[in-house]
Amino acid sequence: MMKIEADRAKCDGLGMCEAMAPDFFEVGDDGTVVVLDERPGEEYRQDLSAAVDACPVLALKLRD
Amino acid sequence: MTLVVVGASLAGLRAVEAARRDGYRGRIVLIGAEDHPPYDRLPLSKAFLDAEGPGRIEPFHSEAALRDELGVEPVLGAPADGLDTTAREVAVDGRTVSYDALVIATGATARRLPGSEGIAGVHTLRTAEDALAVRAALDRGARTVVIGAGFIGSEVAAAARKRGLSSTIVEALDVPLIRSVGAEAGAVCASLHREAGTELWLSTTVTGLEANGGVVTGVRLASGEVLPADLVVAGIGVVPATGWLAGSGVPLHERDGGVVCDATLATGVPGVYAAGDVAHAENPLFDGELMRLEHWTNAAEQGAAAARHAFAPESARALAPVPYFWSDWYGHRIQFVGTPRADEVVTAVPASGGFTALYRRRDRIVGALTVDRPREIMKYRRHIAGRAPWPEALAFAAATAA
Ligand SMILES: Cc1cc2nc3c(=O)[nH]c(=O)nc-3n(C[C@H](O)[C@H](O)[C@H](O)COP(=O)(O)OP(=O)(O)OC[C@H]3O[C@@H](n4cnc5c(N)ncnc54)[C@H](O)[C@@H]3O)c2cc1C
Ligand code: SF4
Repeated sequence: MMKIEADRAKCDGLGMCEAMAPDFFEVGDDGTVVVLDERPGEEYRQDLSAAVDACPVLALKLRD
Repeated sequence: MTLVVVGASLAGLRAVEAARRDGYRGRIVLIGAEDHPPYDRLPLSKAFLDAEGPGRIEPFHSEAALRDELGVEPVLGAPADGLDTTAREVAVDGRTVSYDALVIATGATARRLPGSEGIAGVHTLRTAEDALAVRAALDRGARTVVIGAGFIGSEVAAAARKRGLSSTIVEALDVPLIRSVGAEAGAVCASLHREAGTELWLSTTVTGLEANGGVVTGVRLASGEVLPADLVVAGIGVVPATGWLAGSGVPLHERDGGVVCDATLATGVPGVYAAGDVAHAENPLFDGELMRLEHWTNAAEQGAAAARHAFAPESARALAPVPYFWSDWYGHRIQFVGTPRADEVVTAVPASGGFTALYRRRDRIVGALTVDRPREIMKYRRHIAGRAPWPEALAFAAATAA
């Protein structure tokens, strides 16, 4: 199963991930990302890859 | 098949990455005027200017990785200097490279201050070299004068203040950023400068520079006054880099010479697409308005889409992006989504707990600006993308204002 990894130290809170996949990412009040569901189903792979690629600071990874 | 991408920065890189990700195995040539492989400009006016910032600029991929991992032929340090759209050839470095598909991603060049040639200490901030020079001046404790209160100039002023150096911004308009965020939000942004101790001269025109021995010493104003300076950074806008397209038949915008394309990024010339800061693209989300955006996310998205569409024009889909940019000054985060061209702007959260301004066109929300409200901005982006009715956006703002 896929796993979303977010490096909160790298995250700059820019919210691109939230824009691409709002069901999985949300920027919190402290300005860093919260992963809403770390183990998404396979059907979300495309949306999640788009979110990972959109992060300007490369804070996100998808692991299999 | 050969894909040629001209412009080796964010949009160009995302174009070649998307082509490979989609399984394209053919030849890719990436032509770039700079000596470096593609690197990120974002940090150049931010972390890179910090006293403890990174000492060097790391590219997204090394030249070897571009070659070996992405299978790209990089032609770096060599600007394309002509395009023949009939023969489908790009001229570079005294030779020609043939293409089947071409992505134009040559971005924009910073406008220079007239009369600054040959005066040391006067810079623009667009390239790695520019950033190194500005940083070195800050390291020497320069008194900084920024000309133009746009986002990049404002970030430079903030970087100088962060080091405890004096910083001054001179702006010709009476409200900074009025074109990018409107008057009210521009005034709020201006107040961030003043609170942080940056001197802000509005409605002020620069008439020249003072120099001593070829080194800048001051900025002369229309009033005759001279602001002392060891470092002058001009943030007075950019010009699309399309000189090499003269006579090629690729449509150029009459105002600024940027490449005009439709919502699929097609230029109308067979096989030729454009992406990033160079491109004016129609945006169906905002009444088909032609938009030339100078934003990171736009360059990344358009770069990838342009390559995909160049290979499969029949399955090309119109892009309807919600523009998004952000900027960091004095520890405050300014974020903007959508367009500031509106019938009405409403302040939804007053400046004490951060600031939110919403932009209405007819009966829907078309833009939102926030200061220090990182949690909300992407929700507004969704409202805008979904053409949400104005009352809905106002209700959301009221619910989050506390
Ligand atoms: C200092 C700075 C800070 C920024 N901060 C932010 C921010 O906080 N948020 C945000 O959203 N955006 C920001 N941006 C904007 C963002 O970086 C740009 O939108 C993005 O770089 C555009 O990418 P591009 O590939 O379209 O063009 P560019 O980055 O301009 O790259 C174009 C490339 O093409 C090359 N080129 C030009 N002519 C030729 C030719 N004839 N042949 C070959 N190569 C050529 C150029 O040398 C250049 O390398 C910032 C920009 C700068 C400069
Ligand atoms: S896109 Fe990257 S930086 Fe932005 S919130 Fe998501 S993880 Fe953080």
